[in-house]
Amino acid sequence: MNKGYFGIHGGQYVPETLMNAILELEEAYNKYKVDEQFNQELTYLLNEYANRPSRLYYAKHMSEDLGGAKIYLKREDLNHTGAHKINNVIGQCLLAKKMGKTRVIAETGAGQHGVATATVAALMGLECEIFMGQEDIERQALNAYKMRLLGAKVNSVTSGTATLKDAVSQTMREWTNRISDTHYVLGSVMGPHPFPTIVRDFQAVISKEIKQQILEKEGKLPNAVLACVGGGSNAIGAFYNFIDDKSVRLIGLEAAGLGADTDRTAATLTVGKLGIFHGMKSYFCQDEYGQIDPVYSISAGLDYPGIGPEHANLKDIGRAEYYPITDQMAVDAFEYLSKVEGIIPAIESSHALSYAIELAPKMSKDQIIVVNLSGRGDKDCVSIAKYRGEDINE
Amino acid sequence: MSKINKVFKNGKAFIPFITVGDPDIETSENLIYELEKAGCDLIELGIPFSDPTAEGPVIMAASERALKNGICTDDVFNLVNKVRQKSQVPLAFMTYANVIFSYGIEKFAKKCEEENVDAIILPDVPYEEKNQFEKVFSAHNVDFISLIAPTSKGRVKMIAKEAKGFLYCVSSLGVTGERSTFSNNLEDLIKTVKSVNPSLPCAIGFGISNAKQAHEMAKISDGAIVGSAIVKIIAKYGKNCVSKVGEFATELKQSV
Repeated sequence: MNKGYFGIHGGQYVPETLMNAILELEEAYNKYKVDEQFNQELTYLLNEYANRPSRLYYAKHMSEDLGGAKIYLKREDLNHTGAHKINNVIGQCLLAKKMGKTRVIAETGAGQHGVATATVAALMGLECEIFMGQEDIERQALNAYKMRLLGAKVNSVTSGTATLKDAVSQTMREWTNRISDTHYVLGSVMGPHPFPTIVRDFQAVISKEIKQQILEKEGKLPNAVLACVGGGSNAIGAFYNFIDDKSVRLIGLEAAGLGADTDRTAATLTVGKLGIFHGMKSYFCQDEYGQIDPVYSISAGLDYPGIGPEHANLKDIGRAEYYPITDQMAVDAFEYLSKVEGIIPAIESSHALSYAIELAPKMSKDQIIVVNLSGRGDKDCVSIAKYRGEDINE
Repeated sequence: MSKINKVFKNGKAFIPFITVGDPDIETSENLIYELEKAGCDLIELGIPFSDPTAEGPVIMAASERALKNGICTDDVFNLVNKVRQKSQVPLAFMTYANVIFSYGIEKFAKKCEEENVDAIILPDVPYEEKNQFEKVFSAHNVDFISLIAPTSKGRVKMIAKEAKGFLYCVSSLGVTGERSTFSNNLEDLIKTVKSVNPSLPCAIGFGISNAKQAHEMAKISDGAIVGSAIVKIIAKYGKNCVSKVGEFATELKQSV
């Protein structure tokens, strides 16, 4: 049996030049994931540096306003660097150090993963280069600046659609170019094995904490866990420790852009087909000849034409549900949470909030929804204002 | 019996690469005849892919131009069908896994057999994932080409043992595109290959851009593959590139 498959999805579709690099990574990961000292260092950094455990906040006003299920928000937005991305980055950079690597490279979409990588690289004294689509650099100028401030080199990617998929391709090319001292800190549960497993394990701390926290607060498991999905790292993190708890609905919300029935969408699980791309077999937005579609979402972090293989399998086996959320719905949720709870959510996370707003009133007051608030929305204020026809200076 | 074997029968092979549909399908057809006339032993035809992760900027741009021209997989097969009425020059397709997977591996392999395509090269399908492709292509008498790289180390023997047609040796780290130096362990790499599979021809590709380099690479192997340097001429001269490419290919063929 080939390695790294989730059902029919996953695998290792990379050029031969990279094969030994990913095999060495797998070997190192298998060694360190059970290493006591590694886990101590990881926990120390997650707690003391990244501010874990993150709070599970009861959104009282939102729950009462919607008049149905109790809504809890998992506050990944309060992590250092403002999103869940740092969980994975601390893990991978620590692993890279143990492997003797002195340089890390990473792709980024919205810039959250790039900022997290630049941050941890600064902390650990690693050289750092980030690849970011030209269009995303324009959409997320502040994050691009932060990365440079943190000492990273930011490379603008102009090929293809100049967004996240092109940034991933370019980072893979760069890794092929320079392997011996360099680790590729892949930012989502995608790419070739072992990345989907490594990233999932480092993000699984989210659902581990949710489970403990909700049992303490409510004495029972939630009825549903909601998370947005681009590549799927915050969602798999929020889902993972509930997969065996069949009573918990796992719901992923993907970016529909202008609508899943338009060609301006990134709703991979709604409109994608099985394919092989970026190191994995999974679902991808593509045309009839297998050319990868240019995708679109207001959210640079969900603007990706594929989905991690474990999500593709969770969909196949019916364990998780996935629904598309349009730009308009996400923006409404972005504004709603800001006004009702005084929390400005990332536009990515707003996709999950949007579905909670729809779902909660249909549920009873003794039922519980947990929404993974994967990131904070400061970075999105300029583009949301623009979406509403307002031009504000940064 | 592998059809590719004949490629390496007359001494060192010279293998050029072009992207089908760049600058247009008619020019691609004329380029094939011109390359055959120049004495090329096997022609690699790139089927354009939207996101070619193993390519450098030159071939990426060629892929983009071809796709902008609306070239699809069926157009490529139609071109080969047309070429086969005039020429039996050995042909190999070079593309990415998704192009074939979405077409249907069986349907694609059968078409290759019908149009007499000799081999298929998929840079994003390593040894671990090759079975689902290799078995189907093999059943249709199309060689599934394996690649080794300077980083392959302990994997070389495993790959060489099962390789069909010829072995594509990647000259150095990185993606396709011109470079001034190559990995210094290529001779050892090829020796290792020959120790487990003595009759398997090895051709070196990635970064070879002139006659001197082609000569050096062919000296330590069974042939040289040149892509980006040719695609650059096509990009520069567009529809008028045919004779220029012919001259360059002739020079390279003579050097190997």
